[in-house]
Amino acid sequence: MLEGILVLDCTGRLGWLAGRLLADMGAEVTKIESPGAEIHTSDWRALNINKRLTRLDLEEGAGQRELDRLAASADVLLATFTPGTREAAFFHHGRLCAINPRLIVVAITPFGLTGPKAGWIASDLEIMAASGAMSLAGEPEGTPLRVSAPQSHGWAGAQAAVGALTALAARSRTGRGQCVDVSAQAATLIALSHAPAFVDVDGTTPTRAGAFMTGRSVKGARFRVFWPCRDGFVNFILYGGVAGRRTNVQLAAWMRECGAPLGALAQIDFAKWDPTLATQGQVDLLETPIAAFFSSVTKRQFLEEAHRREMLGYPVSTVEDIATDPQLAARGFWQDVAAADKIERHCGCFAIVDGERPPLVSRNDAQVEAPRAAEVT
Amino acid sequence: MSASPQALAGIGVVEFGSYAAGPHVGKMLANFGATVIHVESFARPDGFRMQYPPYKDRKPGINGGGCFAYFNDSKLGITLDLKNPQGVSLARKLCKWGDIVIENMRPGVIARLGLGFDALRTDHPGLIMLSTCNMGQTGPRADTPGFGSQLTALAGICGLTGERGGLPTLLYGPYIDFIASTLGAVAVLAALEQRRRTGAGAHIDISQYEAGLMFLAGPLLDYHLTGRIAERAGNDDPDAAPHGAYRCEGDGWIALSCWSDEEFEALAAAIGRPEWACDAPYATLADRKIAADKIDAGISAWTREREAAAAAEILQRAGVHAHPVNTMADLFTDPQLVARRHWHRRHHAVIGEHAYCGPAFLLSETPGEVTAAAPLLGADNDKVFREILGLSEPDYAAMREAGAFA
Repeated sequence: MLEGILVLDCTGRLGWLAGRLLADMGAEVTKIESPGAEIHTSDWRALNINKRLTRLDLEEGAGQRELDRLAASADVLLATFTPGTREAAFFHHGRLCAINPRLIVVAITPFGLTGPKAGWIASDLEIMAASGAMSLAGEPEGTPLRVSAPQSHGWAGAQAAVGALTALAARSRTGRGQCVDVSAQAATLIALSHAPAFVDVDGTTPTRAGAFMTGRSVKGARFRVFWPCRDGFVNFILYGGVAGRRTNVQLAAWMRECGAPLGALAQIDFAKWDPTLATQGQVDLLETPIAAFFSSVTKRQFLEEAHRREMLGYPVSTVEDIATDPQLAARGFWQDVAAADKIERHCGCFAIVDGERPPLVSRNDAQVEAPRAAEVT
Repeated sequence: MSASPQALAGIGVVEFGSYAAGPHVGKMLANFGATVIHVESFARPDGFRMQYPPYKDRKPGINGGGCFAYFNDSKLGITLDLKNPQGVSLARKLCKWGDIVIENMRPGVIARLGLGFDALRTDHPGLIMLSTCNMGQTGPRADTPGFGSQLTALAGICGLTGERGGLPTLLYGPYIDFIASTLGAVAVLAALEQRRRTGAGAHIDISQYEAGLMFLAGPLLDYHLTGRIAERAGNDDPDAAPHGAYRCEGDGWIALSCWSDEEFEALAAAIGRPEWACDAPYATLADRKIAADKIDAGISAWTREREAAAAAEILQRAGVHAHPVNTMADLFTDPQLVARRHWHRRHHAVIGEHAYCGPAFLLSETPGEVTAAAPLLGADNDKVFREILGLSEPDYAAMREAGAFA
């Protein structure tokens, strides 16, 4: 849908996803990398597929002049840098818009271009801390945690793509580009859902809850969320409400069919059971036979049976489980792309448009050229 | 309000969405000037109004929910009974007015209501429709209902959170829904650009599951290439040491990391351990990984005597990656978020004055804005049906009589 939109992608890890998303939507994205930059990591390859690679040394006058030449005819320039540095001056919107007033300059930085922390340095860990996300993950009395696979890059890159396209909409009316100043801290804050609203509306501060769910029962009971199963873990919660009741009834039926001991589940009437009034003793009695049953099923069995019975709950997938999930295969999510010496299986375009998933394109090409390191075009 | 027209001024959005995944798309567009109409009914109000706290005065009430408000500022709120033929006919009129329709029902439901993409585009060829749900519109598990919090587990993210060898860990709320909403906004805005050039509309199918996987694209490719299965590793990172969170004075924590030998030297000097810099045991990344317990103990001894904010200031001045672990309360006083006006306080008729979250990016020429507090249920029926759709007073009254707005 973005055919003909030219994007210059001068980002580091913090911004890679932005150009990938725009490329998935059809933009022609040129990834600029310095001559020695490493492009063989899985992260680089996964998030720079669908882009064309050009090697430019932006420390040198010749490289800078070439980038300015490319910027003169581009629609969007994506860049990551630390505000206040020489690099920041080079990517300054004022300087670039003198070359091309229609250019949209998207600056993706940890804290944004303005404010007292604009010059602070931050990796994924510090951005997750600054956004509040770490304060919500981990055991209640334990260390605040980040997700082991960096997430703040995703949040920043995705918001940068939204920003670039919002500015493109404005340009269609004004004819002028502008600066899109993305704060990774603010972008990652979106991950918190409505947790900040508690501070403001009822004066409480949500914090991390670990592997249990608390705060649902007025008697203080906590409910198990993650359960060991035969080959890993499943995510299942004894909910109330219509969907919860159906789930609980179906689980008991599944256990009965398998001949599993029902324990306290045999007597309970889920139509009348209210988790908000449950004591810890009651919850423990219900959870004991469930725990024993789950320890005998596999993740895939749980996934299929929960779907068949319209139960709430999912297995805790590893990347291997995801790679072999039939739902993703049926939707053509995986796309095989030829690299120089192998086939790479990538996450395909993030959306299906008019019934088809836009194919990833081997564009002459980052993927084909990439294994020949340090090639300068 | 900004003086210049906003980026998306003049764009009409109709939202048959509830909870997070649909309404958050509309919020992002509304904050840049789109006219977004959030459709509910009195029989089936948005589940975020009553099913999730916080509530004004801690009493659940249809218009006092802070959770609903958080995702629905700057919108118009209307009611339409989509089981009533008159309600459906008005919904069709509304879709014809709109440029973008957003829905996050289970696959097939919107079509059964007579509001599917194929039905709507017969008299609106430029229509852009975003359908977003758990698994996408197709595939063997397309009809799976589900909560975003649990889908985050299926998508691998919970399994990659937690201590090494410990249990998987929950992320707060429907984490993955917000990945899907952000990617949904990207697709909708790309479709708008296409329509400007070609006049063609588009039907966009977002699977919230697949959207979430884009945030694990690297580890997934790594698995396909090498068979390596990524695992949770607490706060460790293979390329940095130290890399973690440390307790500070009071209840606070600080996150800090060192990505080079030089940065570790700077840390050592800043926390009064200059001997670490020239100590052979800590000279390289590999050395520091082996000696992690000793280094962590040394850092903790220093951080425990300082407030997190003060410690972060010292370390940043020394050139070390560091930031306090902000709590939810801290987000409202963080000097950076305050300086960038991240929170916008608006008056809500029931909740009173409270804070709404601003956009994650600032536009230099057409800035975003929180134009209004979230609507009460059906608050904008008059404005939307009389002014925007242009119903005459008798027609409007007849529709009300027929139960279209129930």
